[in-house]
Amino acid sequence: MPYEAWKDNEYIEGLVNELRENGTNVIVGTFDKLINWGRSNSIWPLTFATSCCGIEFVSLGAARFDMARFGWEVARASPRQADFMMVAGTIVNRMVPVFRRLYDQLAEPKYVIACGSCAISGGPFRKSYHVAKGIEDIVPVDVFVPGCPPRPEAMIYGIMQLSRKIKVERFFGGVNRQQKRQEYLNLVQEKQS
Amino acid sequence: MQEQIAKLFPQATFETVDNTLTVTIDDAHWHDLATYLRDQLHMDYLVTIVGMDWVTSLGCIYYMMSTVDNKMVAAKVSTTDRVNPYITSVADLWAIAGIYEREVYDFFGIIFVGNPDMRRLFLNIDWKGFPLRKDYDENDPRNAVSIENERQTDDTYTYVRQADGSVERKSVPVFMPDDFVVNIGPQHPATHGVLRFRTAVDGETIKKIDVYMGYIHRGIEKLCESLTYPQTLPFMDRMDYFSAHNYHHGLCATIEKAAGITISDRAQVIRVMMDELSRIASHCLFIGTYCMDLGATTMLFYTLRVREQILDIMEKTCGARMTFNYDCIGGVMQDIAPDFVADVKALLEILPKNIKEYNKIFTGNVIARNRMEGVGVLSRQDAISYGITGPSGRASGWACDMRKEKPYSIYSQLDFRQVVAEEGDSMARFKVRLQEMEESAHILEQLVDNIPEGEYCVKVPKMLKLPKGAWFDMYEGCRGVFGVYVESDGTTKPYRLKLVPPCLNLAAVVDHITRGEKIADLITIGGSLDYIVPDMDR
Repeated sequence: MPYEAWKDNEYIEGLVNELRENGTNVIVGTFDKLINWGRSNSIWPLTFATSCCGIEFVSLGAARFDMARFGWEVARASPRQADFMMVAGTIVNRMVPVFRRLYDQLAEPKYVIACGSCAISGGPFRKSYHVAKGIEDIVPVDVFVPGCPPRPEAMIYGIMQLSRKIKVERFFGGVNRQQKRQEYLNLVQEKQS
Repeated sequence: MQEQIAKLFPQATFETVDNTLTVTIDDAHWHDLATYLRDQLHMDYLVTIVGMDWVTSLGCIYYMMSTVDNKMVAAKVSTTDRVNPYITSVADLWAIAGIYEREVYDFFGIIFVGNPDMRRLFLNIDWKGFPLRKDYDENDPRNAVSIENERQTDDTYTYVRQADGSVERKSVPVFMPDDFVVNIGPQHPATHGVLRFRTAVDGETIKKIDVYMGYIHRGIEKLCESLTYPQTLPFMDRMDYFSAHNYHHGLCATIEKAAGITISDRAQVIRVMMDELSRIASHCLFIGTYCMDLGATTMLFYTLRVREQILDIMEKTCGARMTFNYDCIGGVMQDIAPDFVADVKALLEILPKNIKEYNKIFTGNVIARNRMEGVGVLSRQDAISYGITGPSGRASGWACDMRKEKPYSIYSQLDFRQVVAEEGDSMARFKVRLQEMEESAHILEQLVDNIPEGEYCVKVPKMLKLPKGAWFDMYEGCRGVFGVYVESDGTTKPYRLKLVPPCLNLAAVVDHITRGEKIADLITIGGSLDYIVPDMDR
């Protein structure tokens, strides 16, 4: 897809600028490029669907929209083997702990796409007594794909945005950095307070 | 019927609500009346239990239907005690009543005395309040979203009436202490959504399954109470998203009947055509995902090819691929697209070839036959007792197609066959759906050249008000009987909107069918029942 066709180039530009300001070692930078090229072309989703959006995700996997063209077709049933989670459908109160645990089980580096208005804000069910008002309060989200449900084309656009994002990341010392236990506990505490 | 009941139960009062005889009876005589209705008047199909909060009292409306002569009767039981509302359980008469009563308990807090399993159904065990009561506090901070795991328990409760009339609560274990319990779901690729089975196994044999629901309970019924009638329609798309047109049709037709609106012939025909197109698309996806569950991934690509073609037809007319919101009160949202007739004809041409292809690839396959034939047999009697309708019920030999048994819209003028099989196993459920696709195609053939001219939507008042009263109707979704109960207090918003999904019964029967089967067959059986989780949870 040509650069001009994307709708939100400022955002990626911002990411790139941030990286340049921090400065990158030439050798590490080259390896980063190589690894990110591979990573961004084989992001494997977790089979996770709660409602209508999941059916559009099935269509995405079938012959017409064919996500195998982009290297996303290896949908994994176990979160430990997946790279990103397509949150397709409403997340309700009872599902929240399960959903959070699935996210925690994803191996780093991990990404989340909020797919459809229910995952973004609660959608048509926002006023309900048993619906989480958007998944952003529960897990960090990388890409939002609006729609109710989003068309498969929109999902393709969303996952392509994710792969663009992966491409400009720093793999060594960046996203792939091992977190110290104390650091993690501090983060959790910060989140809870 | 009224005289027969009045002779035995002189304290009962009668009224006719929406052409259905409604018997109001006190709790002390309710169980006797229910036994009489089931055994003597053959009311063997319990359609639903509608929980109600009339502010001064809490109660239930039981809708029953006879499978012999298709007559319906309703029974109203209520209690004025809001703190400890007790009603006698009928779980010993109809197998499905146990689940229905748990649902009513979950929403209204009515305790059913004698029900062996009185847990909440959709909400956490620590949930505060009963959401469908009119005095429920929605902003209770104790019910806020939390990432802490919910409290689990292996015990359930049952309430027993003592000799002196008081009610005692007893704790009952769900599983025996030496049971080996395997957890399947809610995140599992073969449960078709977020459904959870706690499975007690003996080696590879299933001893008992405890079905956990509520992982996608969105409170649609409560939401509808704060919305006007046209605003309640979009939720129908999001319950059983494959039967979006059928559910829309059902709710629209009930509201139109209540408001006294007659819609044009053109709208009727368009609605029926859309229903049947949905049915073909839905069964296509069923075949694809079911075969995928059994290991034949290729079939998914073959069946989705036809489904995409149908979705294209829908998209041209409705403007969406899945959540159409096409039927509206008074007709349909917009006229059919100019290519509609040509597109449907093109579909009808390729469909028989495709069905033949499916049979060739899969149905006769020896592996498929070994995995499906004789697996998960459901008898006709059990199907009725559990209220298993739709293709799954018809595969057990119960003619329960509402298009034939209680014809609505223009179905009585159409020529089609009700597909019924006798075997009741997974293979029969699969084959019934394949044949139903042919029947739906046959209906489309009759209509595609005969779409009458006229307006597609009649004028309805902007602020639609229904007169005081209650209406109950049953329609045929893609997976079974979809019931709509509307109670109006004369305003623009429904006082109570109860939606009766077919999939709740399908999930409830899993425990019964799988007992004694191998755990690997759980996937086959669950897949062949074809439940949609957002439909059962609502």
